[in-house]
Amino acid sequence: MSKPILTIKNLTKKYGENVVFHDINLSVNEGDTIVIIGPSGTGKSTLLRCINLLTRSDAGEIWLDDKEITCKECDEDKVRQHIGMVFQNFLLFNHLTALENVRLGLTRVKHMNPADAQLKAMQELERVGLLDRAGHYPGQLSGGQQQRVAIARALAMDPRVMLFDEPTSALDPELIGEVLEVMRKLALEGMTMLVVTHEMGFAREVADRIVFLEKGSVVEEGSPNDLFYHPKNERTREFLWKITELYGKKDTEQGNG
Amino acid sequence: MDVASFLKYIASGTAYTIAVTLIALPSGLVIGTLFALANVYGGKVIQRLTALYSTIMRGLPPIVLLFILYFIVSGSINLSPFWAGSISLGIVTSAYQMEIIRGAILSVSGGQMMAARAIGMNKIQAIRYIILPQTVRLAIPPWSNEAAIVIKDSSLVYALGVPEILRRAQLISASTQEPFLAFTAAALIYFILVFVTNRSLDALERRLRIPANP
Repeated sequence: MSKPILTIKNLTKKYGENVVFHDINLSVNEGDTIVIIGPSGTGKSTLLRCINLLTRSDAGEIWLDDKEITCKECDEDKVRQHIGMVFQNFLLFNHLTALENVRLGLTRVKHMNPADAQLKAMQELERVGLLDRAGHYPGQLSGGQQQRVAIARALAMDPRVMLFDEPTSALDPELIGEVLEVMRKLALEGMTMLVVTHEMGFAREVADRIVFLEKGSVVEEGSPNDLFYHPKNERTREFLWKITELYGKKDTEQGNG
Repeated sequence: MDVASFLKYIASGTAYTIAVTLIALPSGLVIGTLFALANVYGGKVIQRLTALYSTIMRGLPPIVLLFILYFIVSGSINLSPFWAGSISLGIVTSAYQMEIIRGAILSVSGGQMMAARAIGMNKIQAIRYIILPQTVRLAIPPWSNEAAIVIKDSSLVYALGVPEILRRAQLISASTQEPFLAFTAAALIYFILVFVTNRSLDALERRLRIPANP
């Protein structure tokens, strides 16, 4: 499994004079889990948004399955159907139940017939372990459950790639585990994933490759082993040391044990 | 004529009051909603134009606008005072309803639009299935207020000669020299109309409320 599914070439994003990132190159193979790490404000989230065209990049190209998706004539709504996105603050549709949240894209975007859509939506909820919450509204679910429904909503569209934008950053510590568990399972099932996170335990355990982004460019990338234990760049070492101290206490207990 | 038939005469204006309201309020809602959507999601030019519309309409007394619009409307097409008055009132209220809907759209978080686009919906679908259903719920309480204002402002069309409640009350008051009786009767009818409307909208708001844990 080494066919590149997503290729990013010299991608650049600016807001006026302010360069968010420049000349980013990244190639993602089918089934890979890529974890993007880096200090806040270095364009990690913007990069994910550019990949599913929620934000327009200013230069460079993005290719999905041998097709450029950043061209002028590209149908962005069509492209987004094939790229799943999970947001930091869940962003479930507040007026719809968990099941309706998952089903809506199937009926309205994929034009699936109602019975099939219902079945598929239920299967996706089961996949994230929330079939028993199908009739609950977002306001009746915990943060962890909301995020799992959001993952199911994205999965229902059968995306080629899943993007996770700090999926656990808005969660209480005791709810992080259930979301990471779902993501871990997805990675094992062979889903192609791009994950922006500060969960170093997850990165170390699940990532095929870690990309360290700082000040809008890739400082270093490599296997978790390379980055955690043999970082080439001083900045990478510093950042990982700081972040492990902040977030990683429980990781060293379970992750290394 | 006895008191009972005077009162009956005033009360029979209720049909006009309700009819004027039922024309003005929905037409104002349609125009207001379209303008609000144009204002929030439209380009810069559309944004400015709709904002200008709202500023001008809300900056003038309804009765003054009513006269201006009435003479424009009835001057260009041949309409009865009833229709011209109702449509004019609809235009007046559209600006206020535009602001109500606009505020409600803006209170639905921008993230909802982003999440809708992320599953491949186009902008129209996102507005139709995600933004508007949430907007409606947020807009009901302030809209209930505007509905009350329109019911009361429907009395303004009396100045155009529409025989609604106030017009009839004034005629009775002049012919019987019983202003207190006539206008109290009119006031009572207006109050009942407003009261029932607000209570119904409260009930609707409760029915549409999205369940959430406390």
